[in-house]
Amino acid sequence: MSDLDDLYREVILDHSRTPQGKGDPSVEAHTHHELNPSCGDEITMGATVAADGTIASLHWEGAGCSISMASASVMSDLLAGSSRDDAFARIDEFREMLRSRGAIEPSEELEDAAAFQGVSKYVMRIKCAMLGWVALEACLKESQAD
Amino acid sequence: MSSSRLGRAARADFPYFAAHPDAVYLDSGATSQRAGASLEAESAFIASSYAAVHRGSSVAAGDATWAFEQARERVAAFVGAGEREIVWASGATDALNMLALGMSDDSLGLGGGRFALGEGDEIVVTEAEHHANLIPWQRLARRSGAVLRYAPVDAAGLWSVDGLREVVTPRTRVIAFPHVSNVTGQIAPVSDVVELARSVGALTVLDACQSAPHLPLDLSALGVDFAAFSSHKMLGPTGIGALYGRAELLDALPPARTGGSMITTVSMQEAEFLPAPQRLEAGTQAVTQAVGFAGAADYLTSLGMAEVRAHEERLAEALVDAVSAVPGVRLFGPAPGAERAALVSFAVDGVHAHDVGQFLDDRGVTIRTGHHCAQPLHRALGVTATTRASASVYTDADDVARLGEALGEVRSYFGADA
Repeated sequence: MSDLDDLYREVILDHSRTPQGKGDPSVEAHTHHELNPSCGDEITMGATVAADGTIASLHWEGAGCSISMASASVMSDLLAGSSRDDAFARIDEFREMLRSRGAIEPSEELEDAAAFQGVSKYVMRIKCAMLGWVALEACLKESQAD
Repeated sequence: MSSSRLGRAARADFPYFAAHPDAVYLDSGATSQRAGASLEAESAFIASSYAAVHRGSSVAAGDATWAFEQARERVAAFVGAGEREIVWASGATDALNMLALGMSDDSLGLGGGRFALGEGDEIVVTEAEHHANLIPWQRLARRSGAVLRYAPVDAAGLWSVDGLREVVTPRTRVIAFPHVSNVTGQIAPVSDVVELARSVGALTVLDACQSAPHLPLDLSALGVDFAAFSSHKMLGPTGIGALYGRAELLDALPPARTGGSMITTVSMQEAEFLPAPQRLEAGTQAVTQAVGFAGAADYLTSLGMAEVRAHEERLAEALVDAVSAVPGVRLFGPAPGAERAALVSFAVDGVHAHDVGQFLDDRGVTIRTGHHCAQPLHRALGVTATTRASASVYTDADDVARLGEALGEVRSYFGADA
């Protein structure tokens, strides 16, 4: 597999064409906006956390490159319905994988998000892949204050 | 193409291409490759004449000062300026800030008042500005109470003198504009803008970053009051650029930076300043880089700027043809056939600029993606980011063909042609 095909794996291209979790974020209890000033990619993430700490619902809208859109989409599939603590753990693991320059193998817990391993070789694209995850992290942190 | 030393033949003059013989480098609008002649000028200076400049009385200091001032003379000659009319800056951004901050000081009563702005005065720019020729003016307006106005761009990203006329009034004090747009490649009708400015007594400030390396440039003949340009887009080193100003204006511009090497007498309460350019060059300058910058200017002169422009006119046409030929690609800037610089920005339908850039990079084609430090212009174009290919003296038709070929595969790779 070429580096380019490793970056743009089929699962990523599929998600970028048909993104999951897209919808009006303002209906959720917590929203957060993230912008990548270098390219103008942006995402507004909304999440509602139930009393028992599970992510009851999340929706996002945004515009950007295939990596940022697919990453937000994959994350939506992965983390909707999971507990806030699990979500924090997955976000941390995803971030560490991206920053490892290929050194860290993703665990099975990351499921389709493991496909973003190829991004770790492209320093300039890490922020794209993290955009939705950082936005959700901010929503979840805010929800802890409720 | 021509029988000159341009295009493929020029690559022998650039060490980068010895290390990357197959490189398709189409990002010269961001940073151009360094001419070997510029490197050699720097290393010869370091080896033979390196010492303090404008300080002390030693022979060594004299040699270094001579080399430093020779560099200024050569860069000045390259842009049609007198040697007192070139002030070193770390780059064009620094030069434009130096100018706007000097005007700000004058507005606060720290100068002779020649550049003092106040409530109701106006600064005029275009919507096509690079942020470096926009934000310093925003800040000056905020500090002085002046109003910032602008000539809008059309759907292709082009501004016009008619658009400027709409916003220029007798209260306009400054008109700042790009000689060549770093996004659209549009070439400004400089003399028309100068005429408009003079009719209301406004100063003109020319962003010459994208013109100095590509067009024969004679700032005195153009009649602008100030201009800024950067060495690292002109085959020279980073860390050096220049502010051009007519000598009488530079002599009156309050120094935004103060300290060593720019004074005549200093007491515990106040200081008097040297004439330009020294009054605007506080502290130790980027001496080695200045020498390298002059080496790059000499190299461009040896190629002949008229020949460089002719070479790049052919490349501009080839770039427009190559990009326009790809289905689903929207080219911004002047219409095909119209005058432009050898720089094209475009959007690929259904594929984000970052993805386009990644794909082209994988095919060995180096281009720039993003907003190119011109967010307002991109907003006017209705896109957050574009892909830009820009040429220089070492670019040739094969580079453009490689771009066209790779660009033709982008939409199918990302499934945007379905």
